[in-house]
Amino acid sequence: MTTNAPTTPPPAPPARGKRTPGIEASRARTAIILLLPTLIAIALVAGFPLYRTIFFSVQEANLTTPDQSTFIGLQNFWFTTAEGIGLGFLQDPQWWTAVRNTLIFTVFSVFLETVFGMIIALVVNSAFAGRSFLRTAMLIPWAIPTVVSAQMWAYMYNDSFGLIGQGLLGGQALLADPSKAIWALIAVDVWKTTSFMALLILAGLQSLPGDMYEAADMDGASKWTQFWRMTLPLLRPALLVALVFRSLDALRVFDIMYVMLGANVAASTSMTGYARQQLIDNQLLGTGSAVSVAIFIIIMTIVVIYVTAFRVKFD
Amino acid sequence: MNLKRTNPSMYYLQRTLFYLLVLVITAYLLFPFAWAVLTSFRRATDLFLPPLQFMTAPTTLDNYTQVFGNPSFRRGLLFSTIVAVGAVAVSLLFGSFAAYALGRFRFKGKQFIMYIILAVSVFPQIAVLGGLFTLITRFRLFDNPLGLMVSYLIFTIPFTVWVLTSFVRDIPGELEEAALVDGASPLQTLFKVLFPVMMPALVTTGLLAFINAWNEYLFALTFMSTNRTVPVVIANYSGASQFDQPWGPIMAASIVVTIPLITLVLIFQRNIVSGLTAGAVKG
Repeated sequence: MTTNAPTTPPPAPPARGKRTPGIEASRARTAIILLLPTLIAIALVAGFPLYRTIFFSVQEANLTTPDQSTFIGLQNFWFTTAEGIGLGFLQDPQWWTAVRNTLIFTVFSVFLETVFGMIIALVVNSAFAGRSFLRTAMLIPWAIPTVVSAQMWAYMYNDSFGLIGQGLLGGQALLADPSKAIWALIAVDVWKTTSFMALLILAGLQSLPGDMYEAADMDGASKWTQFWRMTLPLLRPALLVALVFRSLDALRVFDIMYVMLGANVAASTSMTGYARQQLIDNQLLGTGSAVSVAIFIIIMTIVVIYVTAFRVKFD
Repeated sequence: MNLKRTNPSMYYLQRTLFYLLVLVITAYLLFPFAWAVLTSFRRATDLFLPPLQFMTAPTTLDNYTQVFGNPSFRRGLLFSTIVAVGAVAVSLLFGSFAAYALGRFRFKGKQFIMYIILAVSVFPQIAVLGGLFTLITRFRLFDNPLGLMVSYLIFTIPFTVWVLTSFVRDIPGELEEAALVDGASPLQTLFKVLFPVMMPALVTTGLLAFINAWNEYLFALTFMSTNRTVPVVIANYSGASQFDQPWGPIMAASIVVTIPLITLVLIFQRNIVSGLTAGAVKG
């Protein structure tokens, strides 16, 4: 299975002949030395900044003067003043709107991408004239930078110029209406990343044994039965890996919201947009970090659920 | 089962429907981009025209001249290139060391290190944004391409390590053993024996990492103020007044930024597909 290349267990290093413990130990030392630059880089750009974010999430701190922070426990998350004003971000309705919109976005875009990706992959996997052209065309939306596709679609949604906004909808400002904007954004994301899904599914399809289908044809199984009974179950591992990674990407979506809707609306359509607004625009290092930590926890929890529930194996 | 002979009309109906589907898919995939290309060649005054007249309106290169005359766009191209190339070069170097170690050596804690690297590749960039911002300002790297380059390692390194490791495992072990028997040191083995074999993998991985770095928006938006990278320039492209969105130049700039990527992707498409699927576990 090509899709699962990284998930297959590592072939044990060839252990022909007898290796003395001395060689083993020195190989282990070499391996650590070879890994050192990567480990240091990861500690520097991921480990330490993550630690700082967690540290600031329990501090009252301002972005411009991070050194003058004071410990306030979990008050960034939940705190009510004597006057009854809720200051924690969990008490901010905008945060919950952002969470709801992000979840809607994730569920629908990933679902549609999987369905469309499956259709495209099945089409490209069958023999027809122009197959290699379609296979190439598939790569184009994927290769376009997200910001560029956001602008392209913002132009098409434009209520006075746009093919969709002006042409199809007769001058409705789709992006100005938050309840409709989320669907417009899902359409953009589906367009942009269906190809990626289709590529992964296609790779899975091509690893399925062809003689199995010949046998099924002989037995008179319809194409429909073959799809549900053979293709889909066998594709499960490839599909799951693709699903996990698309869901995680969708949960941390930022670019298209920010570019198409602007900083303020983005803060109520994506969790990431909300975090960035608190952190950078409002300069609230403490609150912003607390939001970041919450997003981190949400995403890591989902990873763990996926991995344990579906027994996805990454090596 | 041969539908063509048993039921010709059914067969042709199926074929027609199938090609119709192919046509719909192709249009869906290509149309938005084609429309952007068309817009980039139209005058600002023609943007209001109804679609048919818009398509036949006179072609102009004005938008492109304007985009290349824009100093912040030119700087954006330069900074994007510096940052993306730098991040990819560092990642490929470090990543191939790590991939060699993870793909070929046996040692305690390997599984743990692989999980760490995987965890970093799935973790949301926002989780480090605040921490990284304070560090970048502390080291006076704000608005400095070096700071951005270093921060991009957070997604380019796990990605290259992961993909290269799966490639290294596919290299037959005999090659390395032969070098070992000849008394080559691990570094010699890596550079003289494995690197040449890994070349296609390095190109593919590098290209994919480059695309990710070239497209990155959140860090570029946050850690740079005047030295913007291309995606930020395109997102903020403004016209004469605040309310005037210059769609022609925006589309032209978008095309300029996208064409190199599409060209590279089309040239290396075979490798890209294998790289993407090998690195399905990507950040």
